[in-house]
Amino acid sequence: MASHAHDDAHDAHHDDHHHELSFWEKYIFSTDHKTIGIQYAITGLLFLLFGFCLMMVMRWQLAHPGTAMPVIGPILGSLPVIKDHFPGGVMSPDGYNEFGAMHGTIMVFFGIVPIAFAAFGNFVVPLQIGAPDMTFPRINMASYWTFFISCVIMLASFLVPGGAAKSGWTSYPPLAGIADLGPAYHWFFNGQSLWLTGMIFNITASLLGAVNFIATIIQLRAPGMTWMRLPFFVWAQFITAFLLLLAFPPLEAAGIFQFMDRVFGTSFFMPTGLVVQQQLTDWSGGGSPLLWQHLFWFLAHPEVYVLILPGIGIIAEVVANNTRKPIYGYKAMVGAIFVLGFLSFIVWAHHMYMTGMGAKVATFFQITTVVISIPSVILITALLLSLWGASIRFTVPMLFATAFMPMFGIGGLTGIPLAFNTVDLYLHDTYYIIAHFHYIVAPGTIFAIFAGVYHWFPKATGRMMNEFLGRVHFWLSLIFINGLFFPMFLQGMAGVHRRWADGGGADLDHLTYELARPVLHWNPFMSYAAFLLGAAQIPFIFNFFWSIWNGRKVGRNPWEATTLEWDAPSPPPHGNFDKEIAVYRGPYEYSVPGAETDFTPQSEPTGSKTPVVAPVVHAPLSAH
Amino acid sequence: MQIPHEVTARPDTGLYNAKLGIWLFLASEVMLFGGLFSGYIFLRLGAEPGYWPHGLLNVPVGTFNTAVLILSSVTVVLAWASLKMRQFSRYKLYMGITILCGILFLVVKLAYEYPQKFTHFGVFIKKDALGKYEQYLGNQHLAALKLDPRVEISGHLLDAPKGSHYEKVAQENAEHFRHLLHEGGAEHGEHGEAPIVTTDDPNDYVIQLDPANANPTDPANERPSFWAKPQTMKTAVVQAADIDGPHPSMYIPRHSPYFAVYFTITGLHGLHVLGGVLIFIYFWGPGTELYRRNPEHFTNRIEVVGLFWHFVDLVWIFVFPLFYLL
Amino acid sequence: MSDSKEHSHDTHAAVTTDAASHDAHNMHFGLYWGIGGVLIALTGVTVWLSYFDFGSRERNIVIAMLVATFKVSLVGAIFMHLKGEKPTIWRFLYFTAFFVTGLFLLTALHWVDPIFGTQHNLH
Repeated sequence: MASHAHDDAHDAHHDDHHHELSFWEKYIFSTDHKTIGIQYAITGLLFLLFGFCLMMVMRWQLAHPGTAMPVIGPILGSLPVIKDHFPGGVMSPDGYNEFGAMHGTIMVFFGIVPIAFAAFGNFVVPLQIGAPDMTFPRINMASYWTFFISCVIMLASFLVPGGAAKSGWTSYPPLAGIADLGPAYHWFFNGQSLWLTGMIFNITASLLGAVNFIATIIQLRAPGMTWMRLPFFVWAQFITAFLLLLAFPPLEAAGIFQFMDRVFGTSFFMPTGLVVQQQLTDWSGGGSPLLWQHLFWFLAHPEVYVLILPGIGIIAEVVANNTRKPIYGYKAMVGAIFVLGFLSFIVWAHHMYMTGMGAKVATFFQITTVVISIPSVILITALLLSLWGASIRFTVPMLFATAFMPMFGIGGLTGIPLAFNTVDLYLHDTYYIIAHFHYIVAPGTIFAIFAGVYHWFPKATGRMMNEFLGRVHFWLSLIFINGLFFPMFLQGMAGVHRRWADGGGADLDHLTYELARPVLHWNPFMSYAAFLLGAAQIPFIFNFFWSIWNGRKVGRNPWEATTLEWDAPSPPPHGNFDKEIAVYRGPYEYSVPGAETDFTPQSEPTGSKTPVVAPVVHAPLSAH
Repeated sequence: MQIPHEVTARPDTGLYNAKLGIWLFLASEVMLFGGLFSGYIFLRLGAEPGYWPHGLLNVPVGTFNTAVLILSSVTVVLAWASLKMRQFSRYKLYMGITILCGILFLVVKLAYEYPQKFTHFGVFIKKDALGKYEQYLGNQHLAALKLDPRVEISGHLLDAPKGSHYEKVAQENAEHFRHLLHEGGAEHGEHGEAPIVTTDDPNDYVIQLDPANANPTDPANERPSFWAKPQTMKTAVVQAADIDGPHPSMYIPRHSPYFAVYFTITGLHGLHVLGGVLIFIYFWGPGTELYRRNPEHFTNRIEVVGLFWHFVDLVWIFVFPLFYLL
Repeated sequence: MSDSKEHSHDTHAAVTTDAASHDAHNMHFGLYWGIGGVLIALTGVTVWLSYFDFGSRERNIVIAMLVATFKVSLVGAIFMHLKGEKPTIWRFLYFTAFFVTGLFLLTALHWVDPIFGTQHNLH
């Protein structure tokens, strides 16, 4: 049709007008997926560090309750607003709640998801599928800046009267509904209301990102990049994007409801006759706190898989590359990740066994929860079996990947007892739960993130990170992270509750909870492990910045990898590829018998077979 | 750099990028409104008998607004079809009608429906005091018919307790009411006395009653009616001690879970309408510049915003019966 | 500008040479108006039905929701062209429909089997 010829003419015409991008367009308000990915990575890593610092202050309090943390305590005790929660530099219970709630929120929504999903997804996915950019570059930019606004709101909430949100990352009403309200607080600029506002922005940013990721993977695959030739990382991001797309909106709805409860005095989550401090509250009542829990966990359970799936995707790439053989059971893994994504929508109420929601409901969710362990086990088993008979290159990313497997295994297997109603009634809200999900997210996903950073750093900068510092970083992290989290299982099984602001007591002579007696000595042990884990990140931070300018220069494919991103220059220019890109084979053709090298890139044409032709030419627009 | 498939469809999926993008966005919107409606279902199922109100909204106005939105859905799809045939002036006409429909919808909602609720007053009576107000609630009559009890007395506030939020509004209403009494046409009480307008007790509320409370045993009041019945000239005195909750309110979001969910869902829907109208205005005015450069691209954009608009219409099709009728 | 010149030619071509598709779209005009009319009529039916008593409130709700669902499927199928839409879109809409139904049912399931003494919403 004539109009299409016109389109092409127009597009070409447009292309000719390359203009030099200004500094702002290139680095700040950039629409390039790689820049946006790096922006997400830097913001996310900073938040990861910030969330970790909050936790270290809490760990000091748990190790030595009632004493001021050296150096940090006096500083916090002198900062405006924050000093209210640190009288004399000592953390108050309110301060403990504030830091605890913000640690959880920041780590989940501002640390892990932005890095594992948005940063790696943005940087790697278009490169791996052979696309010039995301489908909607401007929406991509909007996604980052919406996220940025949510970051500013969350950080600012530390400085409003009363401090940041204190009701846990789950913000359960009615406590979250009544927190930070009253004459001493601003009706809007208070911790919990700002938390909700920040979350609504954060969710919006995630939705924009998710739409973009899915559309990119469906629409912009290079010629020949069929679905079963997608690298597993792309599959992981694809499913993750769907989880975000469909699970986040109910939390947005819940956030709007709770915002209405707090600002307009509605009673979505406020029960009738709510009495606070012997006073009947002003809410009309008729609502139900359980509604929040349903809507919250409808997101927050799929969110758990949002945290872990990109990590598994990264590990799959690193494992295939360093074992020099295809990952074991690629198709089974793709199937498993599909089933996992699907089931993750119908397991949420296993977080709610304690609420008295009814035995039938609990039974339903118990069954689905046990079923979902099957695809998870398929994924981790396939990765583990990939190591069998391989001549493994123990590069730094591979070290993190090999550590990921047992660590994720511990986290996953300790979760199975929690699926059962009766066991959960005992372990609910103890340190056992804390240990369980931290094993999945910290030495699980965060190790995967480290593996990803070391793996794709040469692509992003054109330089390698230092190998020795990387090994130091890995071994110290591995040791101290286990020192930090493993004793939590012991404490949890003894019944130590996750929200005790003094960890059970100052010492054996001053116990607030008698049941903490046999496990109290682990508190200082874990805390010092946490501080040392913090110190172990210094080699990484130094390595990261030092290598940007001083690392060993490398070419396109330093890891001798097969996937498409290694066909682009390092770092890739705007538009990514400097040649026509087409795909002729599966993603992990390592050690193919008869091949010249032990890796055959996806873009390498096969001599005999003709490539599966995929569309690039403009075909006539299909009739409506 | 050009992103592929921005205008023309990718042959194996048959879609251009924006169309896939908008459908993904709409899927997430389905989940957003799904979350909101599941809140509605949850609260409604959890409400005790009699605590989920019926017939409080203006059905003729709601029906009118539904028709307006449906009409706008028709015109927006016609606007797109006109562009498909490259009939630009026809597009302008249909898109113009769509914009006007959207604005009309919002005006009716914001200038008429919401304010009408914001000035209407109602109190829930404590369970142990229901008997005291039997003459306004008619619960024995309803129980005999196996109908849900009436637990709320509503109407126009004529006298509010001293220092209450609504004192001033009540005074204005009372003045207006006295004027009406003066004009004549006042119904008098059982014993022929004139209706009470204010009381001496500073804690009492005086309410000019809605028909259902004025004649609670009238069969016509057992079910809501299509045309809203006017306020009666009967009044009732409700003592503050008999009222559930410390601070009774007008029909604002905090009044009850019903109004909470009504204002939240219709408010969010209204924001969607507003967003749609603003985008339409852009594509009716400055955005048409794209049509001159690349008509197919422009047509695609109208299809995409049209899809969004149909979704907004579609949400309303559920909102209307759930809040106005059932 | 050459662009606009090309465009006028282009528009001309689209209208004159594509007569078949032109007719098809004109036919659609009638279809769209017709569906609009049906939708408005069904709105009237919904209102009318709501003043009938079908025995219980639950039944009234189910009947009204059936009419609303029918209206929504008309909007979806005709106005939003879902009738002839590509499988890619249908596929994720199936999942969305499934999950939103799950959200409705599983949260509501809570009221089927409440444990005595744990309900906090009673007046």
